[in-house]
Amino acid sequence: MSGDSGIRYISHPHPVTGVTNSKLGIWCFLASEVMLFGGLFSAYILLRMGAASWPEGSAILNVPLATLNTMILITSSVTMVMSWASLALKDFKKYRWFMAVTILLGLAFLVVKGFEYAHKFEHHHTPSTNTFYAIYFTLTGLHGLHVLGGILVNTYFLFPGSALWKKDPDQFMGRIEAAGLYWHFVDLVWIFLFPVLYLL
Amino acid sequence: MEKYYGWGLPIDISTHGYGIDRIIHIMHAAMALLFIGWFVFLIYVLFRFRARKHPVAIHDVKHFKFPTIVEVGVAVFEAILLAAFSFPIWVHLHDQLPSKEKALEVRVVAEQFAWNIHYPGRDGVFGRTDAKMMDAANPLGLDKADPAAADDVTTINQMHVPVDKPILAHLSAKDVIHSFYLPVMRIKQDAVPGQSIPVWFQAKATGDFEIACAQLCGLGHYRMKGYFVVDTPDKFDAWFLENEPKLLK
Amino acid sequence: MSEHASHDLPFWRKYIFSTDHKVIGIQYLITGLLFLLFGFILMLILRWQLAYPGQPLPFIGHLFPESQMIGGIMLPEFYYQLGAMHGTIMVFLGVVPVAVGGFGNFVMPLQIGAPDMAFPKLNMMSYWLYFIGAVIMIASFFVPGGAAQSGWTSYPPLSNIASVGQTFWLVGMAFMINSSLLGSINFITTIIQLRAPGLTFNRLPFFVWAQFVTSFLLLLAFPPLMAASVMQLMDRVAHTSFFMPTGLVVNGALSSVSGGGSPLLWQHLFWFLAHPEVYVLILPAMGIVGEIIACNTRKPLYGYKALVYSVIYIGVLSFVVWAHHMFLTGMGTTMSAFFQVTTMIISIPSVVILTTFVLSLWGGSIRFSVPMLFALAFLPMFGVGGLTGLPLGLATADIHLHDTYYVIGHFHYVVAPGTLFALFAGVYYWFPKATGRMMSDKLGRIHFFLSFIFMNGIFLPMFIMGLAGVSRRLYDPTQFAHNLSTQPLNVVMSISAWLLGLSQIPFIINFFGSIFRGKKVDNNPWKATTLEWTAPSPPPHGNFATEPHVHRGPYEYSVPGAKQDFIPQSAPEGAR
Repeated sequence: MSGDSGIRYISHPHPVTGVTNSKLGIWCFLASEVMLFGGLFSAYILLRMGAASWPEGSAILNVPLATLNTMILITSSVTMVMSWASLALKDFKKYRWFMAVTILLGLAFLVVKGFEYAHKFEHHHTPSTNTFYAIYFTLTGLHGLHVLGGILVNTYFLFPGSALWKKDPDQFMGRIEAAGLYWHFVDLVWIFLFPVLYLL
Repeated sequence: MEKYYGWGLPIDISTHGYGIDRIIHIMHAAMALLFIGWFVFLIYVLFRFRARKHPVAIHDVKHFKFPTIVEVGVAVFEAILLAAFSFPIWVHLHDQLPSKEKALEVRVVAEQFAWNIHYPGRDGVFGRTDAKMMDAANPLGLDKADPAAADDVTTINQMHVPVDKPILAHLSAKDVIHSFYLPVMRIKQDAVPGQSIPVWFQAKATGDFEIACAQLCGLGHYRMKGYFVVDTPDKFDAWFLENEPKLLK
Repeated sequence: MSEHASHDLPFWRKYIFSTDHKVIGIQYLITGLLFLLFGFILMLILRWQLAYPGQPLPFIGHLFPESQMIGGIMLPEFYYQLGAMHGTIMVFLGVVPVAVGGFGNFVMPLQIGAPDMAFPKLNMMSYWLYFIGAVIMIASFFVPGGAAQSGWTSYPPLSNIASVGQTFWLVGMAFMINSSLLGSINFITTIIQLRAPGLTFNRLPFFVWAQFVTSFLLLLAFPPLMAASVMQLMDRVAHTSFFMPTGLVVNGALSSVSGGGSPLLWQHLFWFLAHPEVYVLILPAMGIVGEIIACNTRKPLYGYKALVYSVIYIGVLSFVVWAHHMFLTGMGTTMSAFFQVTTMIISIPSVVILTTFVLSLWGGSIRFSVPMLFALAFLPMFGVGGLTGLPLGLATADIHLHDTYYVIGHFHYVVAPGTLFALFAGVYYWFPKATGRMMSDKLGRIHFFLSFIFMNGIFLPMFIMGLAGVSRRLYDPTQFAHNLSTQPLNVVMSISAWLLGLSQIPFIINFFGSIFRGKKVDNNPWKATTLEWTAPSPPPHGNFATEPHVHRGPYEYSVPGAKQDFIPQSAPEGAR
C-alpha cells in the first residue's frame, strides 16, 4: 500500500507480474507508440514503392549532422541509465548530474535538428516539395516532439518531481525507470529513422 | 424505366451478374434459415424457462453438442461459398479480362460531378491525354496533335455500348475518388485518382439505364448521373458515326 | 483507507476535476449519452431531406442560418455535414465513451475489487482530453464552410480539399485518440495489477474480460489512425501530398501540390483502426449482456471459457480483416481472397458468442426485468447485424451491396439496436449501484417496447433498399431511377426515427427523475454475485471498506443446497 489512495503496486512490484503499475503502463504506452511509428513507417514504404522516382537520402540530407545526432542520442541514453543507476546506489547528487546531462544532450539533439531544418528551408525544401520531404519532415518532426516531451518530463523529474525521492524513493526510482524506458524508445526510433531516411 | 427496378434486386442484363445474384440469394436463404431456427429456439426457451413457470434455475446444465455441429456447419458452408461461388466470379471479373481484339475498349474518367467517356475510335488506339490540357471544352485533356486522337470519340455522361460484346473499361478519376456503378450490370468499381483500374462486362439485353456514383465525391455526388445505353450493334454503329469527329466524314 | 480524502475536497475537485473512477465514469456516461442524443438529433434533421427531398423542413426549418438551409430547405452542404458528424459523434463521442469510458470506468474497478484505477490522474486527463476533442468537433459547425462533410471515413482527396471544418475534425480526432490511449493503458494496468486477492483470470466477470480485450484494441489500433490524421493534417496545412496523386485536376484547375501520394494509403490506415473499432463498439456491449443474462437467469453463464476465448480470438483477428472495406478499390484476387477468408473466420466466434448466450438461458429461471429485456433484445438484433455482415464480407456479393443502404442497415443493427440496447441495459442495471435508487420499471418497459419497434422500423427497410441498389450518402435519392421504387421506405424510416426520438423521453425522465425520486434500495437489489454489489451504493471514495477476497467464480447462482440462490464471489469458503 502506498499513499492514501489505497492503490497497490505503486512503489513495489506485483508478486505475480513482477512489475509496478507504472512500469506496466509505460510498456503499454510504448506498444502504442510502436504502432504509431509503425503506421508512419508503413506509409513510408507504401509511398516509396508507389513513387516513380525516390531521391537518395544521403545525397540531399546532411548525413554527418545526423550521425552526430545519433551519437548524441545514444550518449543520452547511457546517461539516462546512469542517472537511474545512481538512484539505485542512493547517490542523489549524481542522479541530478546525470539527469541534467541527459536533458542537455536532448536539447543539443533538437538544436542540431533545428540547424538541419533551417538549412532545408533556406533551400526551399519544405514538406510540400515532394513526398520524400513530406515523410522526412513528418517522421523527424514527430520524433522531435517526442524528444521534446522527454526533455520536459526529465526536467520535471530533475527539479519539482524529485521531491518524491525523500518521500518514497522506490516510487521515484520507478518513475525514473519509466522515463528512461521512454527515452530509450525515442532513441530507438531515431536509430530506425536514421538509416531509413538518410542512408537507404 | 420503372420496369427495371422494383423492390428486389434490379434486373440483371449482364453475362456475369447471375453469379452475383445467386450468391446473394443463397446467402440470404442460409441466413434466414439460421436466424429463424435460432429465433424460434430463443422464444421457446424464454417461454419455457420464465421465472413464473420455472422458479428454480438449474446450476449445472449438460453440455450441448448440437451448437458445435451448427458452428462447424456454418464454417463449412462459408468455405464452400467462398471457394465455389465467390472466388471464381472475382477471378472471372478481375483476372480474365477480354482481349483487346474482341472487346470494345473505352476509358471512363470521373470528375466532380460527371462521367467522361473516351472511345479510341476506328484505330482502336486512345489518343494521348494530358492533365495540363484539360479545360471546359476538353475535359479529358485530349492532345489534338496526337494522330491517334484524331478519330477518338468523347462524350460526357453518355455511355453507349453494343449488346453481346465484351466492354473493357479503364476507370480513372481526375479529382477525388468516385465509384462507377451500373446497377443493372452488377458492376461497381471505385475510380481512384492516380490509378487506372480495368473493369469488364457484357450486356445481354438492350435498354436505357443509368450510371451512378457510389462513393461520396462532394456536394454534387447525389446528381452525378450518367446515361448508360445498350444498343443493338447497328444502332450503336449509327450512334458512333454520328459522334465521330467531323473531319473523318 | 481513504475515507477522509473525499470529505475535505471542494466541489470542483470532487465532481468536476475528480480522480475517482466512479465520478469519471459518470462524467463519461452522461457526456456520452448527451452526445448520443445530439448525434441522433442530427440524423432526425437529415432524415427529413431523405423522406421529403427538397421540401422545406416544417416548424424549425427557418431557424437555421442561410449557410445550412434556405427557406427551410436543406442545402447539400448541410446534409453532408450532418451525415459526417452523425457518424463521427455516434461512434467516437457517444458509444465508445459510454461503453468504455462510462461503464468500463465505473464498473470494472468495482468488479475486480480495486479501490480505483491504477492511474487516477491519467483517468481524469483521459476524460478532459475527450471533452476538449468533443468541443472542437462541435465548434466545427460554426466555422466558415461548416463541419466536416466528407463522411465519417474522411476519404482523401475529397477530405483534403474540403473546407476548414475537416481540420477541426482531424484535431478533434487527435484529442479523442490520445484520450482513449490514456484510458486503455489505465484499463490494462488496472486489470492486470489490481485484481482483489483470489480473483484469478478464470474467475473474472465476463464484462471485465470484454473491457480487457477492448483496451488492447484501443491501444494498438488507434495509433495508425493518429499517424494517418497527422498525415492528412500535413496535407491540409503544410500542403504535402501524402494522399494526393500526381496530376489532380480539381474544379478544372491543375492542382499545385507536388503529387506522388496515394489516396488508398489513408483507407488502409483508417480501416486498420476502424475495423477493430467495430469490436470496440460491440465487445463491451457483449460484456454487459453477459452479466445481465447470468444475473437474470439465476444460473452461471453457459460456456464461460468459450466466451472468453471467442472474445480474445475476435480481438486478435480484428487486426487482419480491415481491407474487406476496400474490396472495390481495385484489389487483386489474392488480396481479396485473403481478406474474404479472414472475414469469414472472424464470423465464427461471433456465432459462438451468440449461441452461448442463448444456451445460457436454457434451464434458467428467467426474470424479465428491464435490463434483461434490453439484453435479450440485443441477441436477435446483433444476430441480424452479424448475419448481414456475411454477404458484405464476400467480395462478389459486395460488388452489388457495397456502399448501399445494406451496409448502413448492417452496421446499424450491430451498433444501434445491438450495442445501444446493451448500453441501455447497463444503465438500468447499474443505476442502483451508482445512486442507491432504482429506475422506474414502468417507464423502463415503455422505453423498451417503443424503442424496439421503432429501431426495427428504421433499420429493417434499409436491407430492402440496399438490395434494390440504393446508394448511401445521397442528398436527394430521387435523382436516380433505380432509387424511386423504394423511396416510400424512406418515409417509413424517417417517421420511425422521429418516433424513436419521442420514445427516448420516458428514458430521459426516468434517468434524471430517478436520481432524486427513485425507490431506495439496498446494496444488492438484483441479488447478483459479482464484487460491485458487495460495495455500498453509491460506493464511497476507495470503494470497499475492507479489501474483498474472492473465493469462487463470477456466476455462482442457484448452487444446489445453498441457502440463497446466489453466492457472492467474496463470500467466505464454505458459506452456504
